[in-house]
Amino acid sequence: MTYIAKPKLHHPALTPNALGYLRRDYEGSVSTLCAGCGHDSISAAIIQAAYELDLPPHRVAKLSGIGCSSKTPDYFLGNSHGFNTVHGRMPSVLTGANLANHELIYLGVSGDGDSASIGLGQFAHAIRRGVNMTYIVENNGVYGLTKGQFSATSDRGSKSKKGVVNHDAAIDMVSLALQLGATFVARSFSGDKAQLVPLIKAAIRHPGPAFIDTLSPCVQFNNHAGSTKSYDYVREHNEAVNRLDVIADRKPIEVDYEPGTTISVTQHDGSVLSLHKLAEHYDATDRIAAMAYLAERQAEGEIVTGLLYVNPDPGDLHGALGTTDRPLNSLSDAELVPGQAALDRINAGLR
Amino acid sequence: MQPTRTEGPDYYHKVVDCQWACPAHTPVPEYIRLIADGRYDDAYMINWKSNVFPGVLGRTCDRPCEPACRRGRVEEEPVAICRLKRVAADNKSDVGPLMPPVAAKRNGKRVALVGAGPASLTVARDLAPLGYELVLFDGEPRSGGMIRSQIPRFRLPEEVIDEEVGYVTRLGGVELRLGQRIESLKGLLSEGFDAVFVGSGAPRGRDLDIPGRKEAAANVHVGIDWLSSVSFGHIEKIGRRVIVLGGGNTAMDCCRTSRRLGGEEVKVVVRSGFEEMKASPWEKEDAIHEDIPILNYRVPKAFTHENGRLTGVTFEIVRAEYDDKGRRNLVPSGEPDEHHECDDVLVAVGQENAFPWIERDIGLDFDRWDMPQVDPVTFESTRKGVFFGGDAAFGPKNIIWAVAHGHDAAVSIHRHCMGEDVHDRPPPGFSLVSQKMGIHEWSYDNDISLDLRHRVPMLDKAEALKNVRVEVELGFDSRLGFAEAQRCLNCDVQTVFADNLCIECDACVDICPVDCITFTEDGEEADLRSRLKAPALNLDQDLLVSGALATGRVMVKDEDVCLHCGLCAERCPTGAWDMQRFTLEMTHAEQMGGAA
Repeated sequence: MTYIAKPKLHHPALTPNALGYLRRDYEGSVSTLCAGCGHDSISAAIIQAAYELDLPPHRVAKLSGIGCSSKTPDYFLGNSHGFNTVHGRMPSVLTGANLANHELIYLGVSGDGDSASIGLGQFAHAIRRGVNMTYIVENNGVYGLTKGQFSATSDRGSKSKKGVVNHDAAIDMVSLALQLGATFVARSFSGDKAQLVPLIKAAIRHPGPAFIDTLSPCVQFNNHAGSTKSYDYVREHNEAVNRLDVIADRKPIEVDYEPGTTISVTQHDGSVLSLHKLAEHYDATDRIAAMAYLAERQAEGEIVTGLLYVNPDPGDLHGALGTTDRPLNSLSDAELVPGQAALDRINAGLR
Repeated sequence: MQPTRTEGPDYYHKVVDCQWACPAHTPVPEYIRLIADGRYDDAYMINWKSNVFPGVLGRTCDRPCEPACRRGRVEEEPVAICRLKRVAADNKSDVGPLMPPVAAKRNGKRVALVGAGPASLTVARDLAPLGYELVLFDGEPRSGGMIRSQIPRFRLPEEVIDEEVGYVTRLGGVELRLGQRIESLKGLLSEGFDAVFVGSGAPRGRDLDIPGRKEAAANVHVGIDWLSSVSFGHIEKIGRRVIVLGGGNTAMDCCRTSRRLGGEEVKVVVRSGFEEMKASPWEKEDAIHEDIPILNYRVPKAFTHENGRLTGVTFEIVRAEYDDKGRRNLVPSGEPDEHHECDDVLVAVGQENAFPWIERDIGLDFDRWDMPQVDPVTFESTRKGVFFGGDAAFGPKNIIWAVAHGHDAAVSIHRHCMGEDVHDRPPPGFSLVSQKMGIHEWSYDNDISLDLRHRVPMLDKAEALKNVRVEVELGFDSRLGFAEAQRCLNCDVQTVFADNLCIECDACVDICPVDCITFTEDGEEADLRSRLKAPALNLDQDLLVSGALATGRVMVKDEDVCLHCGLCAERCPTGAWDMQRFTLEMTHAEQMGGAA
């Protein structure tokens, strides 16, 4: 960690966003992670995305579990709501919070241990229930806090820092998310903010369960030859299927790509995703094809990144349950406790 | 673009904006750190070595360092560098024992120094420890030159001048011949000196030849002559109503001195606009603070007089007009002339060189402005062995320039006297030393203070105006001095990048508080500047560009607003960034070797 606080002085050319905040206003306290940790880059990308989206900090809730990744909400959005849950239980707490107040923007931040090991069931159910959230897994394929054991996302055959070969099969969280019904699925790399920032922005604007698997090298324990999650390996095997621009609120789209290679996806809230295709036949709105393509490329040892799947008009948990339109904390006692007559009516309806 | 060449002394020197801007290249951040550490003696000696008059300059310097200061680009105001220098001078203990020892033996060379002001004294400072015999001539009865004659005592107490001139004259081999004005250079040359240095300043104040000048002569005074008479105690009073003509620092000294000698209604009247006045902004502020109005766009037309006595000045009111090339012309505004009544006028409209005492047939050429032709590097005139420096060389500047000239001239004089080529001058030496003490510990304080510039405490105005010899600025005490010193960004602690170690993890980019660092595709400089994380619009500030990295990209760092906080190096997992202290060793005569 760093002993001094990041100086408040900033570049004089920084411009405020629509709310009057500078990018620096979306920072949190200074990171205590190891120098060079990919997670810090993801924090920086979240800060950039929140600034660009003009997010009111007090309308954001950031939730996390346990682990290096789950420490990071302390390092961004210092003026937002935060909840650091028990190990692996972030998805449940997030679901509960969302049920109580769906007007906040929910950001779940987790790691491969928190979401693929102890919290795998929690992860699966939050996704399949369709909770409106942005779920970011900071995936380094290693247990960094306990000094470098393989995690559940370590690839079979990859080597630990000490040279031990991993014999267990890896859980691919992107494939899981696709299978479980996430309506926005992406994969990115902490070392590529040009790709990551628009993905986070699009995920936040997505009105359903949005999942981003972000490869995030652990410099201390998983950045060596033989690792499949090192800076070098990811750079060599990164196969981006598209480049994304998020154009909020139907502003005119400036296309500077070859005609015919860019498609626009208008989300339910009016935000427009402008997708520049890099892989010729890849269709990010076709879930089955996406799953097949991913499996195929994965077998080749390639890491497919980009916006892998999006359903522009998804439903969410509240729609499915028919909950009240208003956050619970805005309901009066009379509305929350409607009295004996109302209870009698319900009971009669169930007879 | 080509990777930045950082091999010589210049690249990193330029990053230390204050030091680069200082004519004498004083290592400012180094002495400011020593002040913060309470090591006033050491801070003083670093200053003394590079600028000879820390106590004087800490009160009077024109401070080219402050407009250059990086702090002024990241918040409102630069570090109060000048007044911190004074903190070192005020708080030091006896530095006598730290001064260079008297040379063990004389080297047999004699050098004449004409004028005992800052330029000559600097030459003497540099040459005395080498065993030279130095003879300083000055027409005034006291040494110090314009430091003593023109700068008023309420800005610079006599003791400070005596002390700092004394450090030079006690170096051994220095002989002062005061009250002895050199009337003939030819005559001086015939006395067999091995070299002559002319540091006689720009001693002639410009007069204003307008109607009424002769008739009102008794109450119209040339500014620098009048200041000098005040300094030497020949003048102790001035009329109740005073008009000062001119907008430079001399005018500011004249008006403030007048306020202390009985002037109740003192005003400054300038031809130009207020903004374009030559006086430093802080000197204007100080004058205004002492209830002296500054009236601009008024050109003096005539002195009015009655029965041989000055009654006032008539001014034409003008306005500024700019032509296509942006040049300013003052044109009549058409408004009726103004008449301002007064009892005395001080004319401070500039000063010039005067060399009536230099014969024109001794092989020393003058240019068409009647200034001696002086080599800007060696300070030698066209006559071998005769050197110039200070205002005598290139016209009126200020003390710190005179000191810088003195150092360079001393190198030449030493070369000349040793029979070597004066053009053969070694470049300054430099070193870069890592400041890393532990994983997150540096041997400098990298925690940036957020304090705004501290004001220097002043004597109560009513008190200050009572006595022309009472110093008006009280100076920072050690507590305020510490707080101000902590505002320094330590720009001499450099961000040094080793591209072979970088793994492109972006940690430095993410932590940098001022968005200095970008990893991007290579390109030409103008193109690179436009697509950095924060555009690099300050073209005076360099880009540090690495060689190609593993991905083919380059690292580009814009030096402009780097806080030198070292967080890039703290967050770097491979040590590709390091914080290294840059030390510049200026070439002074004493470093040249071959001496004594």
